[in-house]
Amino acid sequence: MTILAAGTAAPEFTLHSTPDQTVALKEFRGRNVILAFYPADWSPVCSDQLALYNELLDEFARLNAQLLAISVDGVWSHAALARERKYHFPLLSDFEPKGEVARAYGVYDAKGGIAGRALFVLDGDGVIRWSYLSPMGVNPGAAGIIKALEALPSNNVQKALPADAAQEAA
Amino acid sequence: MMLHEDSILAVPVAAHDHIQGNTHAVVTLVEYGDFQCPACGMAYPLVKQLQHRYAGNLRFVFRHFPLSQAHPYAQMAAELAEAAAVEGQFWAMHDWLYENQPDWAPYGGAGLEAGVRALGLDAQALAATLRSPDIDAHIRRDFMGGVRSGVNGTPSFYVNGYLYQGDFDTLVHSIGRVIARQP
Repeated sequence: MTILAAGTAAPEFTLHSTPDQTVALKEFRGRNVILAFYPADWSPVCSDQLALYNELLDEFARLNAQLLAISVDGVWSHAALARERKYHFPLLSDFEPKGEVARAYGVYDAKGGIAGRALFVLDGDGVIRWSYLSPMGVNPGAAGIIKALEALPSNNVQKALPADAAQEAA
Repeated sequence: MMLHEDSILAVPVAAHDHIQGNTHAVVTLVEYGDFQCPACGMAYPLVKQLQHRYAGNLRFVFRHFPLSQAHPYAQMAAELAEAAAVEGQFWAMHDWLYENQPDWAPYGGAGLEAGVRALGLDAQALAATLRSPDIDAHIRRDFMGGVRSGVNGTPSFYVNGYLYQGDFDTLVHSIGRVIARQP
Protein backbone atom coordinates (compact mmCIF):
# COMPACT_ATOMS: atom_id res chain seq x y z
CA MET A 1 0.00 0.00 0.00
CA THR A 2 1.45 3.34 -1.07
CA ILE A 3 0.47 6.73 0.26
CA LEU A 4 -1.28 8.91 -2.31
CA ALA A 5 1.14 11.46 -3.71
CA ALA A 6 0.94 15.16 -4.54
CA GLY A 7 -1.06 15.83 -7.70
CA THR A 8 -3.63 13.09 -6.99
CA ALA A 9 -7.31 13.98 -6.58
CA ALA A 10 -8.21 13.36 -2.94
CA PRO A 11 -10.69 10.47 -2.61
CA GLU A 12 -14.09 11.71 -1.42
CA PHE A 13 -15.49 10.48 1.88
CA THR A 14 -18.29 11.07 4.33
CA LEU A 15 -17.56 10.07 7.93
CA HIS A 16 -19.22 10.49 11.29
CA SER A 17 -17.80 13.25 13.49
CA THR A 18 -20.36 12.67 16.27
CA PRO A 19 -23.04 10.00 16.76
CA ASP A 20 -25.54 12.06 14.74
CA GLN A 21 -23.37 14.23 12.48
CA THR A 22 -21.32 13.48 9.41
CA VAL A 23 -18.62 15.45 7.62
CA ALA A 24 -18.10 15.16 3.86
CA LEU A 25 -14.79 16.19 2.32
CA LYS A 26 -16.58 18.00 -0.51
CA GLU A 27 -18.09 20.48 2.00
CA PHE A 28 -14.65 22.09 2.14
CA ARG A 29 -14.19 22.83 -1.57
CA GLY A 30 -12.74 26.31 -1.88
CA ARG A 31 -10.76 25.91 1.33
CA ASN A 32 -7.53 24.08 1.97
CA VAL A 33 -7.81 20.93 4.06
CA ILE A 34 -5.33 19.19 6.33
CA LEU A 35 -6.07 15.48 6.79
CA ALA A 36 -4.30 14.01 9.79
CA PHE A 37 -4.65 10.23 9.99
CA TYR A 38 -3.54 8.92 13.38
CA PRO A 39 -3.37 5.44 14.91
CA ALA A 40 -5.48 5.75 18.04
CA ASP A 41 -7.27 8.00 20.49
CA TRP A 42 -5.79 8.45 23.97
CA SER A 43 -2.04 8.61 23.37
CA PRO A 44 -0.08 10.42 26.13
CA VAL A 45 -0.81 14.12 26.10
CA CYS A 46 2.57 15.87 26.31
CA SER A 47 3.73 14.18 23.14
CA ASP A 48 0.31 14.25 21.50
CA GLN A 49 0.31 15.24 17.86
CA LEU A 50 -3.30 16.44 17.98
CA ALA A 51 -2.64 18.61 21.05
CA LEU A 52 -0.03 20.44 18.98
CA TYR A 53 -2.42 20.94 16.05
CA ASN A 54 -5.07 22.14 18.50
CA GLU A 55 -2.72 25.03 19.39
CA LEU A 56 -2.28 25.88 15.70
CA LEU A 57 -5.90 26.28 14.59
CA ASP A 58 -5.53 30.08 14.27
CA GLU A 59 -2.42 29.55 12.18
CA PHE A 60 -4.22 27.03 9.96
CA ALA A 61 -7.19 29.41 9.61
CA ARG A 62 -4.82 32.19 8.55
CA LEU A 63 -3.67 29.84 5.79
CA ASN A 64 -7.33 29.17 4.87
CA ALA A 65 -7.11 25.57 6.02
CA GLN A 66 -9.47 23.28 7.90
CA LEU A 67 -8.01 20.43 9.95
CA LEU A 68 -9.77 17.04 9.89
CA ALA A 69 -8.32 14.27 12.06
CA ILE A 70 -9.17 10.67 11.22
CA SER A 71 -8.74 7.38 13.09
CA VAL A 72 -10.56 4.06 13.18
CA ASP A 73 -11.85 4.75 16.72
CA GLY A 74 -15.59 4.99 17.26
CA VAL A 75 -17.56 8.21 17.64
CA TRP A 76 -18.02 7.84 21.42
CA SER A 77 -14.29 7.51 21.96
CA HIS A 78 -13.74 10.55 19.75
CA ALA A 79 -16.37 12.54 21.67
CA ALA A 80 -14.77 11.72 25.02
CA LEU A 81 -11.28 12.51 23.74
CA ALA A 82 -12.33 15.84 22.22
CA ARG A 83 -14.00 16.85 25.48
CA GLU A 84 -11.11 15.76 27.69
CA ARG A 85 -8.40 17.36 25.54
CA LYS A 86 -10.45 20.43 24.50
CA TYR A 87 -9.95 19.78 20.79
CA HIS A 88 -11.63 22.38 18.60
CA PHE A 89 -11.61 20.50 15.29
CA PRO A 90 -13.49 17.44 13.97
CA LEU A 91 -12.33 13.92 14.82
CA LEU A 92 -13.67 11.65 12.11
CA SER A 93 -14.45 8.01 12.66
CA ASP A 94 -13.20 5.66 9.92
CA PHE A 95 -15.01 2.87 11.69
CA GLU A 96 -17.35 1.06 9.30
CA PRO A 97 -16.21 -0.37 7.00
CA LYS A 98 -13.16 -0.14 9.22
CA GLY A 99 -10.29 1.85 7.75
CA GLU A 100 -11.95 2.27 4.35
CA VAL A 101 -10.87 5.90 3.99
CA ALA A 102 -7.35 5.20 5.28
CA ARG A 103 -7.11 2.45 2.66
CA ALA A 104 -8.29 4.83 -0.08
CA TYR A 105 -5.46 7.19 0.86
CA GLY A 106 -2.95 4.33 1.03
CA VAL A 107 -2.18 4.72 4.72
CA TYR A 108 -4.00 1.77 6.37
CA ASP A 109 -1.87 -0.51 8.51
CA ALA A 110 -3.68 -3.80 7.97
CA LYS A 111 -1.46 -5.69 10.41
CA GLY A 112 -2.26 -3.35 13.29
CA GLY A 113 -5.81 -2.66 12.13
CA ILE A 114 -5.19 1.08 12.46
CA ALA A 115 -4.56 4.14 10.33
CA GLY A 116 -0.92 5.04 9.85
CA ARG A 117 0.37 8.40 11.06
CA ALA A 118 -0.10 10.26 7.79
CA LEU A 119 -0.59 13.86 6.74
CA PHE A 120 -2.17 15.33 3.61
CA VAL A 121 -2.55 18.93 2.54
CA LEU A 122 -5.35 19.42 0.00
CA ASP A 123 -5.97 22.59 -1.98
CA GLY A 124 -9.35 24.24 -2.56
CA ASP A 125 -9.98 22.04 -5.60
CA GLY A 126 -9.61 18.87 -3.57
CA VAL A 127 -6.21 17.94 -5.01
CA ILE A 128 -3.49 16.54 -2.77
CA ARG A 129 -0.60 19.03 -2.72
CA TRP A 130 1.59 17.35 -0.09
CA SER A 131 1.56 14.02 1.72
CA TYR A 132 3.77 12.44 4.35
CA LEU A 133 3.70 9.08 6.10
CA SER A 134 5.50 9.21 9.43
CA PRO A 135 7.02 6.14 11.09
CA MET A 136 4.26 4.89 13.42
CA GLY A 137 5.99 5.88 16.66
CA VAL A 138 7.20 9.26 15.45
CA ASN A 139 5.04 12.33 15.92
CA PRO A 140 5.65 14.35 12.73
CA GLY A 141 4.93 17.76 14.24
CA ALA A 142 3.53 20.54 12.07
CA ALA A 143 6.50 22.01 10.21
CA GLY A 144 5.69 20.08 7.02
CA ILE A 145 2.02 21.12 7.11
CA ILE A 146 2.83 24.80 7.55
CA LYS A 147 5.40 24.74 4.74
CA ALA A 148 3.01 22.92 2.40
CA LEU A 149 0.19 25.37 3.12
CA GLU A 150 2.46 28.37 2.59
CA ALA A 151 3.62 26.93 -0.71
CA LEU A 152 0.07 26.85 -2.12
CA PRO A 153 -0.39 29.52 -4.80
CA SER A 154 -3.49 30.75 -2.96
CA ASN A 155 -1.37 31.46 0.12
CA ASN A 156 1.04 34.07 -1.19
CA VAL A 157 4.09 33.69 1.03
CA GLN A 158 4.62 37.40 1.74
CA LYS A 159 0.99 37.73 2.75
CA ALA A 160 1.12 34.56 4.79
CA LEU A 161 4.19 35.33 6.91
CA PRO A 162 3.34 36.65 10.35
CA ALA A 163 4.35 40.29 10.82
CA ASP A 164 7.40 39.53 12.97
CA ALA A 165 8.73 36.83 10.62
CA ALA A 166 8.24 39.12 7.62
CA GLN A 167 10.29 41.75 9.43
CA GLU A 168 13.07 39.28 10.16
CA ALA A 169 13.05 38.14 6.54
CA ALA A 170 13.32 41.71 5.24
CA MET B 1 17.70 9.70 15.33
CA MET B 2 15.49 11.10 12.61
CA LEU B 3 17.32 13.48 10.31
CA HIS B 4 14.71 15.24 8.29
CA GLU B 5 14.55 18.76 6.91
CA ASP B 6 11.52 19.45 9.08
CA SER B 7 13.38 18.62 12.29
CA ILE B 8 16.22 21.14 12.12
CA LEU B 9 16.25 24.18 14.39
CA ALA B 10 14.77 26.89 12.16
CA VAL B 11 15.67 29.85 14.38
CA PRO B 12 19.35 30.08 15.36
CA VAL B 13 20.23 30.86 18.96
CA ALA B 14 20.47 34.64 19.32
CA ALA B 15 20.93 37.37 21.90
CA HIS B 16 17.22 37.57 22.78
CA ASP B 17 17.24 33.92 23.86
CA HIS B 18 17.51 32.74 27.46
CA ILE B 19 20.97 31.19 27.56
CA GLN B 20 23.00 29.50 30.28
CA GLY B 21 26.61 28.47 29.90
CA ASN B 22 29.62 29.07 27.77
CA THR B 23 29.05 30.82 24.41
CA HIS B 24 31.82 28.67 22.92
CA ALA B 25 30.53 25.38 24.32
CA VAL B 26 30.88 22.33 22.08
CA VAL B 27 27.22 21.45 22.49
CA THR B 28 24.22 23.76 22.44
CA LEU B 29 21.12 22.14 23.88
CA VAL B 30 17.87 23.96 23.08
CA GLU B 31 14.73 22.98 24.97
CA TYR B 32 11.24 23.90 23.83
CA GLY B 33 9.30 23.60 27.06
CA ASP B 34 6.00 24.26 28.78
CA PHE B 35 6.10 25.14 32.51
CA GLN B 36 2.91 23.21 33.29
CA CYS B 37 3.88 20.10 31.32
CA PRO B 38 4.64 17.19 33.68
CA ALA B 39 7.15 15.65 31.26
CA CYS B 40 9.05 18.96 31.21
CA GLY B 41 8.94 18.94 35.00
CA MET B 42 10.53 15.48 34.97
CA ALA B 43 13.17 16.59 32.46
CA TYR B 44 14.12 19.63 34.55
CA PRO B 45 16.43 17.91 37.10
CA LEU B 46 17.92 15.81 34.30
CA VAL B 47 18.89 18.95 32.38
CA LYS B 48 20.43 20.31 35.59
CA GLN B 49 22.48 17.11 35.90
CA LEU B 50 23.62 17.47 32.30
CA GLN B 51 24.68 21.07 32.91
CA HIS B 52 26.60 19.99 36.00
CA ARG B 53 28.23 17.03 34.27
CA TYR B 54 29.32 18.79 31.08
CA ALA B 55 29.81 22.27 32.58
CA GLY B 56 31.78 24.46 30.15
CA ASN B 57 31.12 22.11 27.25
CA LEU B 58 27.36 22.66 27.33
CA ARG B 59 25.31 25.74 26.54
CA PHE B 60 21.60 25.49 27.44
CA VAL B 61 18.82 27.53 25.85
CA PHE B 62 15.18 27.55 26.93
CA ARG B 63 12.38 28.55 24.56
CA HIS B 64 8.66 28.70 25.30
CA PHE B 65 6.27 26.16 23.89
CA PRO B 66 3.10 26.45 25.99
CA LEU B 67 0.38 23.97 25.02
CA SER B 68 -2.37 26.20 26.36
CA GLN B 69 -5.33 23.98 25.59
CA ALA B 70 -3.77 21.01 27.38
CA HIS B 71 -2.24 23.09 30.18
CA PRO B 72 -4.45 26.06 31.06
CA TYR B 73 -1.81 27.94 33.09
CA ALA B 74 1.18 27.27 30.84
CA GLN B 75 0.83 30.57 28.98
CA MET B 76 0.44 32.51 32.25
CA ALA B 77 3.55 30.83 33.64
CA ALA B 78 5.51 31.63 30.48
CA GLU B 79 4.42 35.28 30.72
CA LEU B 80 5.50 35.37 34.36
CA ALA B 81 8.93 34.00 33.44
CA GLU B 82 9.27 36.65 30.72
CA ALA B 83 8.24 39.40 33.14
CA ALA B 84 10.80 38.09 35.64
CA ALA B 85 13.36 38.18 32.80
CA VAL B 86 12.90 41.95 32.58
CA GLU B 87 14.18 42.03 36.19
CA GLY B 88 17.05 39.71 35.30
CA GLN B 89 15.32 36.81 37.03
CA PHE B 90 14.35 34.53 34.15
CA TRP B 91 16.34 31.51 35.30
CA ALA B 92 15.31 31.94 38.92
CA MET B 93 11.67 31.89 37.82
CA HIS B 94 12.26 29.03 35.35
CA ASP B 95 13.74 26.97 38.19
CA TRP B 96 11.01 27.92 40.66
CA LEU B 97 8.25 27.01 38.19
CA TYR B 98 9.66 23.53 37.59
CA GLU B 99 10.73 22.85 41.17
CA ASN B 100 7.28 23.76 42.46
CA GLN B 101 5.14 22.62 39.55
CA PRO B 102 2.79 20.33 41.52
CA ASP B 103 2.19 23.12 44.07
CA TRP B 104 1.17 25.93 41.71
CA ALA B 105 -0.17 24.12 38.65
CA PRO B 106 -3.62 23.30 40.12
CA TYR B 107 -4.15 26.89 41.31
CA GLY B 108 -3.26 29.09 38.33
CA GLY B 109 -2.71 32.76 39.13
CA ALA B 110 -3.01 32.27 42.88
CA GLY B 111 -0.44 29.47 42.74
CA LEU B 112 1.95 31.56 40.65
CA GLU B 113 1.85 34.43 43.15
CA ALA B 114 3.89 32.22 45.46
CA GLY B 115 6.67 32.35 42.89
CA VAL B 116 6.56 36.13 42.80
CA ARG B 117 6.92 36.18 46.59
CA ALA B 118 9.60 33.48 46.65
CA LEU B 119 11.79 35.50 44.27
CA GLY B 120 11.09 38.75 46.11
CA LEU B 121 9.83 40.43 42.94
CA ASP B 122 7.86 43.67 43.12
CA ALA B 123 4.30 42.57 42.33
CA GLN B 124 3.20 45.99 41.06
CA ALA B 125 6.15 46.44 38.72
CA LEU B 126 5.62 42.88 37.51
CA ALA B 127 1.93 43.52 36.78
CA ALA B 128 2.90 46.53 34.67
CA THR B 129 5.52 44.51 32.79
CA LEU B 130 2.99 41.75 32.12
CA ARG B 131 0.86 44.23 30.15
CA SER B 132 3.67 44.81 27.65
CA PRO B 133 2.97 43.30 24.22
CA ASP B 134 6.68 42.33 24.04
CA ILE B 135 6.02 39.52 26.51
CA ASP B 136 3.42 37.83 24.32
CA ALA B 137 5.45 38.54 21.20
CA HIS B 138 8.48 36.73 22.66
CA ILE B 139 6.43 33.67 23.61
CA ARG B 140 4.66 33.58 20.24
CA ARG B 141 7.95 33.93 18.38
CA ASP B 142 9.41 31.04 20.37
CA PHE B 143 6.31 28.93 19.74
CA MET B 144 6.10 29.45 15.98
CA GLY B 145 9.87 29.05 15.60
CA GLY B 146 9.45 25.73 17.38
CA VAL B 147 6.62 24.66 15.10
CA ARG B 148 8.76 25.45 12.07
CA SER B 149 11.62 23.47 13.61
CA GLY B 150 9.43 20.39 13.94
CA VAL B 151 8.67 20.56 17.67
CA ASN B 152 6.09 17.82 18.14
CA GLY B 153 5.44 17.90 21.86
CA THR B 154 7.02 19.03 25.09
CA PRO B 155 9.78 18.91 25.98
CA SER B 156 11.54 18.90 22.60
CA PHE B 157 15.34 19.02 22.63
CA TYR B 158 17.73 20.11 19.88
CA VAL B 159 21.36 19.07 20.06
CA ASN B 160 23.47 21.43 17.95
CA GLY B 161 20.42 22.25 15.86
CA TYR B 162 18.95 18.78 15.34
CA LEU B 163 15.73 17.58 16.95
CA TYR B 164 16.48 14.73 19.29
CA GLN B 165 13.90 11.90 19.16
CA GLY B 166 14.51 9.43 21.90
CA ASP B 167 14.67 8.92 25.64
CA PHE B 168 16.72 11.03 28.00
CA ASP B 169 19.45 8.45 28.63
CA THR B 170 20.24 8.28 24.93
CA LEU B 171 20.23 12.07 24.78
CA VAL B 172 22.88 12.12 27.50
CA HIS B 173 25.00 9.61 25.59
CA SER B 174 24.69 11.48 22.32
CA ILE B 175 25.78 14.74 23.98
CA GLY B 176 28.65 12.89 25.63
CA ARG B 177 29.75 11.49 22.27
CA VAL B 178 29.76 14.91 20.61
CA ILE B 179 31.89 16.29 23.45
CA ALA B 180 34.27 13.30 23.45
CA ARG B 181 34.91 13.75 19.72
CA GLN B 182 36.40 17.19 20.34
CA PRO B 183 40.21 17.45 20.25
